[in-house]
Amino acid sequence: MTRITVNNQVVNVDADSDTPLLWVLRDHLGMTGTKFGCGMALCGACTVHVNGAATRSCVLPLSAVEGKSITTIEGLSSDRSHAVQKAWLEIDVPQCGYCQSGQIMSAAALLKSNPKPNDADIDAAMSGNICRCGTYPRIRRAIHRAAELLETGASK
Amino acid sequence: MSQVSPTRRDFLSATATVGGGLILALTLPGTAARSKAAAAAIAPSGARQSGRQLNAWLQIARDNSVTVIVDRSEMGQGVYTALPMLLAEELSIDFDAIRIVAAPVGDAYVSPGNGGQITGTSNSVQESWDKLRTAGATARTMLISAAAQRWRVDPKHCRAENGKVVGAQGHVLTYGELADAAALQPIPKDVALKSRSDFQIIGKPRARTDTPGKLDGSAEFGLDVKLPRMLYAALAQSPVLGGKVKALDSSAAEKMAGVRKVLLTSSGVVVVAEHFWQALKARRVLNISWDSGPNAELDNAAIHALLKRTAAAGPGLSARTDGDAAAALESAKQRLSAAYYLPLLAHATMEPMNCTADVKADGCDLYVGTQVQQVSQTTAAAAAGISAEQVRVYTTLIGGGFGRRLDVDFIPAAVEASKAVGAPVKVIWTREDDMTHDTYRPPAYEEVSGGLDASGKLVAWKLHITSPSITARMFPPVKGVDDSVIEAAVNNLYDVANLEVSYSRQEIGIDVGYMRSVSHAPNCFVIESFMDELAAVAGKNPYDFRLQHLANRPRQKRVLELAAGRAGWGKAPAGRHQGIALMEGYKTHIAQVAEISIVGGELKVHKIVCVADCGQMVNPRIVESQLESGIVFGLSAALWGEVTIAEGRVKQTNFNNYRLLRNNEMPELQIHLVDSDELPGGIGEVAVPLVAPAVCNAIFAATGKRLRTLPIGPQKLANA
Repeated sequence: MTRITVNNQVVNVDADSDTPLLWVLRDHLGMTGTKFGCGMALCGACTVHVNGAATRSCVLPLSAVEGKSITTIEGLSSDRSHAVQKAWLEIDVPQCGYCQSGQIMSAAALLKSNPKPNDADIDAAMSGNICRCGTYPRIRRAIHRAAELLETGASK
Repeated sequence: MSQVSPTRRDFLSATATVGGGLILALTLPGTAARSKAAAAAIAPSGARQSGRQLNAWLQIARDNSVTVIVDRSEMGQGVYTALPMLLAEELSIDFDAIRIVAAPVGDAYVSPGNGGQITGTSNSVQESWDKLRTAGATARTMLISAAAQRWRVDPKHCRAENGKVVGAQGHVLTYGELADAAALQPIPKDVALKSRSDFQIIGKPRARTDTPGKLDGSAEFGLDVKLPRMLYAALAQSPVLGGKVKALDSSAAEKMAGVRKVLLTSSGVVVVAEHFWQALKARRVLNISWDSGPNAELDNAAIHALLKRTAAAGPGLSARTDGDAAAALESAKQRLSAAYYLPLLAHATMEPMNCTADVKADGCDLYVGTQVQQVSQTTAAAAAGISAEQVRVYTTLIGGGFGRRLDVDFIPAAVEASKAVGAPVKVIWTREDDMTHDTYRPPAYEEVSGGLDASGKLVAWKLHITSPSITARMFPPVKGVDDSVIEAAVNNLYDVANLEVSYSRQEIGIDVGYMRSVSHAPNCFVIESFMDELAAVAGKNPYDFRLQHLANRPRQKRVLELAAGRAGWGKAPAGRHQGIALMEGYKTHIAQVAEISIVGGELKVHKIVCVADCGQMVNPRIVESQLESGIVFGLSAALWGEVTIAEGRVKQTNFNNYRLLRNNEMPELQIHLVDSDELPGGIGEVAVPLVAPAVCNAIFAATGKRLRTLPIGPQKLANA
């Protein structure tokens, strides 16, 4: 049994210690919002927050997150009220949507450390997340919009 | 493509639902699956008596809930929004309250143009345009009739308004209150559809219905399907494409934790375990000896040489002949010939291939992100050894289709495994499985010649395409020229009296598949690059040269002029260079201008301006995002897209060696949509093909170097 905290809930996971966090979340905990894209931390579809930092869960063994606090797309907010989710909805970012959990988690982590990112900051923070549908222009706009929402206190 | 035009009387019928309420059903008369060779593949369901099986498009329940059934798979292109908008326009309902359901397998959902229940060829809106508006108007008329009957008034004095029917004396009944009675009304024979000027929903930007679930992880893709008792499986396929298992020793794998079964299937060796990670770990210790089969020596050089050899062997089949291209070339004042080569490409959808099957006593439940519901059904039936009717196909959201999910090679292993273990099984391909076992975009070798008269006008054009035929594999037989290899070439845009387009089919030993924009991409690259080559010979500006040959093409000319105008053609900033391209595809007219620089041999694409006339738009916001999407797709392919094969194995395995465009590599995109009264054209694929020629034409403008092969990436570019 490995004890981890997922979306503020302590859970004991009965999985091999080398199981990547991605598959623990998906198969063992039934939280399928976090996606499998590459298995090599190349595409960002599996991005979650580990102790607040954007992390690729597909290469992170369960043993490495023991006692740590993990936030997934399901726990970003309870009602899609996070500034990033609101901005994403307003700008209608997703197309197929498969990569968007990872995009949103990366964007949320960026805004937490840098509430007013410029385009270069966005490039640096988001270049690890591939979108095959090419929603990049909208992702950029939505991150700027989320920053505005945060600044005006319209969202948190 | 042929279009079945059913009369409304034939294809609309209504029925009361078991639980009460109105179901408006729509079936197509005759065998709708006749227009393409898909009939063979879908025979078990296609052969069922059309017109008898009722398929609902719309359900209005007593509680006023409205359910719209969408017969096209949602893979990002927006059909779960655009198609219900068509119906809602005529029905007068609160659009935001409707529920969307994916259609089951059914004859009513057969696309006349595609010859099957197929999401492809960018025709979802085109084919739904009349059909779903008529369905909406018919339901509205019946609801009004029911209300008028109840109130004993002339229906003329009643109107539909946001989910209610309102009478002249202030009577109001909701659709839910009227649903039972409406289902008993005669089906109106001829309903009038709104004219464009009366549209309230169509043509107005609107948020997508599928966005909320894609923001909180609740959207269910194939990979996310959860069933009680479900097991997970990994599949080991021959590393050499087309190879087979010769011998298997699974004893070590079977001893691994969580492993339930290892079985040999038609697709390879399947390891079934309690969790996917366990299946993956056990797959690593399988001891398989492979029979490499006929492709053991296959590589890119051999494929290229094979296509070139076939091209040299003869002109192939004629796809179009106007005048006498050979004689006109002979007598032309100036002549130019060139050969182009396009590589194999991978679809690389973000969601790797996967399928969940639950084979049980009464049949098989199949949960799959598919673009082909009928073929999925018959494939699963064959794998389970049951009849097609016993397979229930549940189409999930699709994490990227791009044509990859027109293939069904990821289905049999799940079905065979579920049958073997007596539990639901989800087979997941890893990225490496997906990249090395794609049904790749076929390569093409194309020889093109042009002749100019003394004034620099095009008088002869000859294009000879040599490539495999996807349709011959997927929807055989193909008689004559496969339509899907001559796109954008057979409908040549430019005025030229003597034109010949021909095709030689040459298979390459591995499965090739349809990929977003299919042969528009290779053919547009050749045509639009070669138009630039001819312009240079004629001593003309590439933009002027194109305009000169569009005398009778007002829509095409307009998008070209608009693109040049918006991009500031000829006025690029210092150090920047421009290239232009034009195409017609999916009944949409489109032009792009790329602006690039080359510094230290390094190419940078700064901006792409895109102007499209796709006729009337249902949701301009989705149109815009689809064009952006197509440009990104086309740019990844132009810059880096190439699948290389060595000794029958694909060398690309993941995103580190199959590079896709990332956020920080994006050029500025400017999309301009032309207002139009014309019928809708397709938008999901049409922006892809122009990117490569526009960028390569800009490279020529910058360096004088003409790139006739793709991708651009590995080629040396001089400083501009």
